[in-house]
Amino acid sequence: MIYQLNNSQKEIQKAAKEFAKGEFDKDLAYELDKNQEFPEKIWKKAAELGFIGMCFPEKYSGGELDVLDNVLLAEEFCRKDSTIGSALMLSAFASECLLRFGSNEMKEKYLPRVAEGEMLSGVAYSEPETDAAFDSLKTTAVKDSNEWIINGEKSYVLNAGMAGFYCVLCQTNGDQGTSLILVESDREGISAVDKGEKLGLRMTATSDLKFENVKVPLEHLIGKEGNGRKQLQTVLDESCILIASLALGTAQGAFDRALDYVKQREQFGKKIVQFQVTQHKLADMATKIDQARAIIYGAARSFDAGKRDVKLACMAKLIACRAAVEVASEAIQLLGGYGYMTEYEIERFYRDAKNMEILGRAPANLRDIIAASVIGRIK
Amino acid sequence: MELLNYTAEHIRFRERLRSFCQKEVIPNIEKWEQDSLVPKQIWQKMGRQGFLCTAVSPEYGGLGGDFLYSVIALEEMTRTNHYGLDAFLHSDIVVPYIDSFGSEEQKKKYLPGCVSGDIITAVAMTEPDVGSDLAGMSTSAVEEGESVIINGTKTFISNGFNCDLVVVAAIDPAVENSYQAISLYLVEAETPGFKKGEPLDKLGVHSQDTTELFFTNCRIPAKNRLGHKGTGFPKLMEKLQQERLLVAILAKTMAEFILEWTLDHLHAKHSTNGRKSLPQAIQFALVEMETEVKLGRTFLEKLIAEHIQGKHIVAETSMAKYWNTEMANRIASRCLNLCGEFGMLESCPIVRTFRDVRVTTIFAGTNEIMKGIVAKSLGL
Repeated sequence: MIYQLNNSQKEIQKAAKEFAKGEFDKDLAYELDKNQEFPEKIWKKAAELGFIGMCFPEKYSGGELDVLDNVLLAEEFCRKDSTIGSALMLSAFASECLLRFGSNEMKEKYLPRVAEGEMLSGVAYSEPETDAAFDSLKTTAVKDSNEWIINGEKSYVLNAGMAGFYCVLCQTNGDQGTSLILVESDREGISAVDKGEKLGLRMTATSDLKFENVKVPLEHLIGKEGNGRKQLQTVLDESCILIASLALGTAQGAFDRALDYVKQREQFGKKIVQFQVTQHKLADMATKIDQARAIIYGAARSFDAGKRDVKLACMAKLIACRAAVEVASEAIQLLGGYGYMTEYEIERFYRDAKNMEILGRAPANLRDIIAASVIGRIK
Repeated sequence: MELLNYTAEHIRFRERLRSFCQKEVIPNIEKWEQDSLVPKQIWQKMGRQGFLCTAVSPEYGGLGGDFLYSVIALEEMTRTNHYGLDAFLHSDIVVPYIDSFGSEEQKKKYLPGCVSGDIITAVAMTEPDVGSDLAGMSTSAVEEGESVIINGTKTFISNGFNCDLVVVAAIDPAVENSYQAISLYLVEAETPGFKKGEPLDKLGVHSQDTTELFFTNCRIPAKNRLGHKGTGFPKLMEKLQQERLLVAILAKTMAEFILEWTLDHLHAKHSTNGRKSLPQAIQFALVEMETEVKLGRTFLEKLIAEHIQGKHIVAETSMAKYWNTEMANRIASRCLNLCGEFGMLESCPIVRTFRDVRVTTIFAGTNEIMKGIVAKSLGL
């Protein structure tokens, strides 16, 4: 029984569903997607109701809830609207850097503002020429009396240009040492360069960040000096579960819409749901969705139990994002010409699903991690 | 062994069209994509240079070229990486209805304009409630003496906004057998009672002016019927072989474009990073995709050769349409993954191809319809 949810989890699921139903407006989504705008009003309202930073401790305005609770929230939000849902769930992206490794002062100062809908957060790690291991960082942070001086360029930063602060991965000590440093977005010398039009997730900003002699106090070091890469990997592992949940909701939402349609649409004198091939398509879609759900819930439970099964988290992202792309694509097919039209929403779910597959850890990176985990040490 | 005999003239035609596209098409695509429309002038430019309706005989201003010219025109337009200037639909799908079934008077009146690009054509079959099941259409054509009165709505009509002339499929409500009720009519865009919708918002093919078409007591002369009354359905079926073959070639060419671009991109990116070779998993992914494209291409070359010989290859064409369009979608999706984060941005050229190629499993008969046709041919 993979779906065995307790009462409080069911409550969260219900609350998320009701909120999405009441607030996620189809016409608004169309406009925001078209103009690449963040759903600011919905985000504020979601924060008011405690949907943002739900996993934060209560003292930081969070709900002290589990990873699985957050999964249920992401699933219900994206089921109703993949783009709005993702924008809300990614609004606190990388706050985990602070939550997990930050000092008490940092947490007190920033986490409540994220949870209360005052600011977005972002993490800046990719660079124009880095690979997934972040081996050769060109962004440097140099100690100068009581400050860090940061120089360099980061690419593909989520929420960049909108966030209140960024957790920036910097080279801090020669070739090996990397550290995460908190940089507020209003520091002098920091600028965001918009990446232009995106395929999907168009309500979430993606920009490059430039740092030119940006100065922050030494206390802005997140966690331990030299541990930046390791800490970042930990946060990215955890984010696999979140992105997988967005994908799960997206797949489910595309499925729901396709199912409604095939029950209505008639061709050749019968409902198209009566064709066996349609039925088997639906069966395959549902199987992929439940496969993803099972593995995501499993991964979330492992994190909640303190076991942090990274392999399972990576598998969850791999399988859920693939499921989302395939299910959304099949849903488009079931709607035929209408599926290709913006008005019927599924095309947007398809675009979002494709971005989710690439976002954070891309499939090849996930396979590397899963392989390393199942192989162990090679003698 | 080459399956297709491209002559020096074919090759020159390809080179001329390629440089035309470089100069006149590619620099304008971004604007057309934003406008959801290509300007009529580009049609005229293409026409004046002899790139439209190559199959039409010189008597009506055409080149009188074989099907290889149509293949070349489609391949070169596809390689511009946009699907707005839907020239193959006009040249090799719609105009052949007029060319094959039109009266001498109709041909004289319309074909020269089609060739010159002054007349842009569209074909209207699909309706809001009728997609795959063509025989279920409800747009009516009632003949009254010297006129015909058309009523109904058509949708997803490519070139719908730009078109000057539409081949409309409509039924005579008085005829019981719906297969025998369909006739094809030529409707000029200026006809009272005919209205075009605005270009529809869609996943891809943004510069393509796909619209709805509305007919409200639209009165046209009876002589605008193509061929005999009630012969629309077999005419549509006859022309679908070429339409589907072309769509298969379109998808295959998109796959080739995506793969070539990806290969170049990965090479360039990798040499900047100072590494010797691509990771093994990426190499194998590229090998698998190259293999798929080659399989698709080889099958299509055989079908093109047989189509030129006039063979009836409806079932194999249907196989090629479904297989190549699915293959192209697989390749688009895999290549985007290989691009990493760049693959999330519209500035990555194959993102547009990824969006555009998704329509190919749907239009010109959905792939489910293709499989149904093949099943019948197997006696199932």
